[in-house]
Amino acid sequence: MTSLTHLDRLEAESIHIIREVAAATENPVMLYSVGKDSAVMLHLALKAFYPGVPPFPLMHVDTTWKFSEMIAFRDRKAKELGLDLIVHTNEEGVAQGVGPFTHGSALHTDIMKTSALKTALTKYKFDAALGGARRDEEKSRAKERIFSFRTAEHRWDPKNQRPELWDLYNARLAPGESVRAFPLSNWTELDIWQYIRREKIEIVPLYYAAERPVVNWEGTDIMVDDDRVPEDLRKTAVMKKVRFRTLGCYPLTGAVESEADTLDEIIKEMLLATSSEREGRVIDRDQAASMEKKKQEGYF
Amino acid sequence: MRQTDLEAIAKDVGAYLEAHENKSLLRFITCGSVDDGKSTLIGRLLYDSKLIYEDQLAALEADSKRSGTQGENIDFALLVDGLAAEREQGITIDVAYRFFSTDKRKFIVADTPGHEQYTRNMATGASTADVAILMIDARKGILTQTRRHAFIVSSLGIRKLVLAVNKMDLVDYDQDTFNQIKADFDAFAETLGRDVDITPIPLSALAGDNITAPQGNTDWYTGPSLIEYLETVEVGDRRDKGPFRMPVQWVNRPNLDFRGFSGTIVSGHVKPGDTLRVSPSGREAVVKRIVTMTGDLPEAVPGQSITLTLDREIDVSRGDVLSSKDSPAEASNQFQARILWMADKPMLPGRRYLVKMGSNIVPATLNRPKFGIDINTLEEKPAKELELNEVGVTTLSLDKPIAFDPYDDIRGMGGFILIDRLTNDTVGMGLIDFALRRASNIHWQAMDVTRDALAEQKAQKPAVLWFTGLSGSGKSTIANALQKKLLAQGKHTFLLDGDNVRHGLNRDLGFTDADRVENIRRVANVAKLMSDAGLITLVSFISPFRSERRMARNLMSEGEYVEIFVDTPLDVAEQRDVKGLYKKARAGEIKNFTGIDSPYEAPKEAEITIDTVDQSPEEAADQILSWLEAEGFLSTE
Repeated sequence: MTSLTHLDRLEAESIHIIREVAAATENPVMLYSVGKDSAVMLHLALKAFYPGVPPFPLMHVDTTWKFSEMIAFRDRKAKELGLDLIVHTNEEGVAQGVGPFTHGSALHTDIMKTSALKTALTKYKFDAALGGARRDEEKSRAKERIFSFRTAEHRWDPKNQRPELWDLYNARLAPGESVRAFPLSNWTELDIWQYIRREKIEIVPLYYAAERPVVNWEGTDIMVDDDRVPEDLRKTAVMKKVRFRTLGCYPLTGAVESEADTLDEIIKEMLLATSSEREGRVIDRDQAASMEKKKQEGYF
Repeated sequence: MRQTDLEAIAKDVGAYLEAHENKSLLRFITCGSVDDGKSTLIGRLLYDSKLIYEDQLAALEADSKRSGTQGENIDFALLVDGLAAEREQGITIDVAYRFFSTDKRKFIVADTPGHEQYTRNMATGASTADVAILMIDARKGILTQTRRHAFIVSSLGIRKLVLAVNKMDLVDYDQDTFNQIKADFDAFAETLGRDVDITPIPLSALAGDNITAPQGNTDWYTGPSLIEYLETVEVGDRRDKGPFRMPVQWVNRPNLDFRGFSGTIVSGHVKPGDTLRVSPSGREAVVKRIVTMTGDLPEAVPGQSITLTLDREIDVSRGDVLSSKDSPAEASNQFQARILWMADKPMLPGRRYLVKMGSNIVPATLNRPKFGIDINTLEEKPAKELELNEVGVTTLSLDKPIAFDPYDDIRGMGGFILIDRLTNDTVGMGLIDFALRRASNIHWQAMDVTRDALAEQKAQKPAVLWFTGLSGSGKSTIANALQKKLLAQGKHTFLLDGDNVRHGLNRDLGFTDADRVENIRRVANVAKLMSDAGLITLVSFISPFRSERRMARNLMSEGEYVEIFVDTPLDVAEQRDVKGLYKKARAGEIKNFTGIDSPYEAPKEAEITIDTVDQSPEEAADQILSWLEAEGFLSTE
């Protein structure tokens, strides 16, 4: 066992980062989105502190539009592992009836996700938030640091990033500032799947193909997860064998027709696929630099 | 992805994945300018390993037509130029990380720009890389920037260099051109004084020659293609064979029965039964278990993040280093190091910064550089301070000893970052060459007559009353008035005045930021000696920088430093202009004048703030006197 494989090395680097966040910041939190990347990040956190438990809570920003299966999975996992789970929802947005069908994807995401996250970080006074973003997801992420600073207004300044040398992370903050730390920075989508397979990590069943009720909304197949789908749209629902490559708000998550109902079949489909992962995410489809803009505004 | 892979995946994905689970990982850096075709090379590597999806390719084709530089052809550089601002300017301005893999390895590429002003970015990318690819334009040969790149990456410990002689298509794949470049570089590499392994490869990133395979244009070349080289190059041997080192990152104590020490191994192996030494304390213990969630390990190797338990209860905390008993890490608080400055504001000798090394963060003072290094000629040059992207050799003193190894011996034990105490920015990086002396040899001269005895003899408590404020704010006038009142009470005092000290002790210093810092450092130390003598010392200095005042505060014994902010607004001080200096400064006759063209950082933690607009100097002195009485400075009780 003298040589480490690429998964071993990625695992070791991520554990180092997670421990560093716990040791060097006052009040860290792990942002748990319930997706496959979060599942891997949580698994790494459990490894980092074994036999103890991670010395920080998990937080899920619940837009109230997540797939119900995600919510059930989230609650069961937190209970099984005995972890402290904070669920934060923008109640004001709920009261105003904000949702993707009525307000459009951009406004919904801004109010229920971006601004809800900022509010939650401020409310609990978290000075560090671990997130599952990867550099291979999108071009502007390729330049983001592993420890990425946010001003007191939660903004990211790509021109003013601290140099990051070796594995020496500078986590020092002025009052009000915070850091987002990305332990999965150097993982690719394939690494994530290979690791899930190797470590037998449980993921939300929505990743596996199954017969699900689907409607076509603005050119994308989405799942009818509850009766908030407008009625005239709901009437067009058909059963299709579909799965999801990424998980988020169900009206904003494109379903892909698939027969892949095992992990190996999913990976096979991913490897043979001809379109990149985020295509299923409706919010990314603006101009090329859209993610960079969102991040400057505080989107994770 | 190659056709054979696609077939293997379609046939039995399980078998394919198992075969691909055991790849190794290689991190490399590409150095070169936009013009050398660096981004094109990386784009090509991604493209040739088929990591570009159809949607990305479609976007790339559209982008190439809109803003590419290759006419109707695909501009691979657009694949890797990330940030919107950069795309507009057509240059890469930061470090970007890219990923691709082949059957044998996964690769992490640090893509960094090559211009001189981006030296810090290159050092950042090089700090985690095992291999460096130096891009050379075949038409131009070895340039100053090639030498600079080679110097930076070899200083940071990279021992494997690829000389990527690109654009061979533009010199008709001429072998002599290639050989000349090779010979030129070999001659230069001798002067680096480091054991580096150089592999020259003739390339055309645009046409694809020798990226994955030859294209029939360079039949005279028999060496590996770039991918072949990257897939097979051996790295990490030194780390593997070195002595065991693990900086303790986290003490894992979930309950009373378990006490583990977590960290990442930076050198050597460890197994249960090994005797380890804790540095800097020097205590020893035997490894009991290497604990993981999936069972104990029989051995752990460099790069692994592990948790160890020991056979006995000894004091180990974050910042300590566990090392092999037979060749333990040294500990010291004084080092010689190579520094690369990374901030817009220059490094000021004498100013205190934080050093982060391993899991330690320790305040430190950087001394005046012994010399700077011209990164273009590699020659030594005199340097008083270090500017952005400058390299120099200096000594530094830490507030407490830490465990270390020279950077050239163990990368993970001798590299540190420097953090500004006020802005918290990472302002520099350093590589430890050696310790000036071992911490265990440092002793203070023990005194028979203690400072307490000296103070008691004078029936007072020593204090350093530090007056800070703009020129003409009234510092010296108030200090004089106060000194008279103290003398009248029979107290023993001394007044250190900025102007007077500059005539003697500090007459070699000017008014640059660096000299101001040194000025204050000397004065603070003189004040310290006087308070050791039991005196109440009045210091009247503009002392414009917060960090130097904090340095002075930290130098004195707890509670002995009293900061007095003579808070006179600039317009009032300028109106008084007792010495006529403001007038000269405004006329440009005096440079670096505080308040005019040099900043004054008002105190945030002053013990006493004096308002000179509504108070006379006498009243101000009384205000300070009653504060001193209330705080018990004027009696020994």
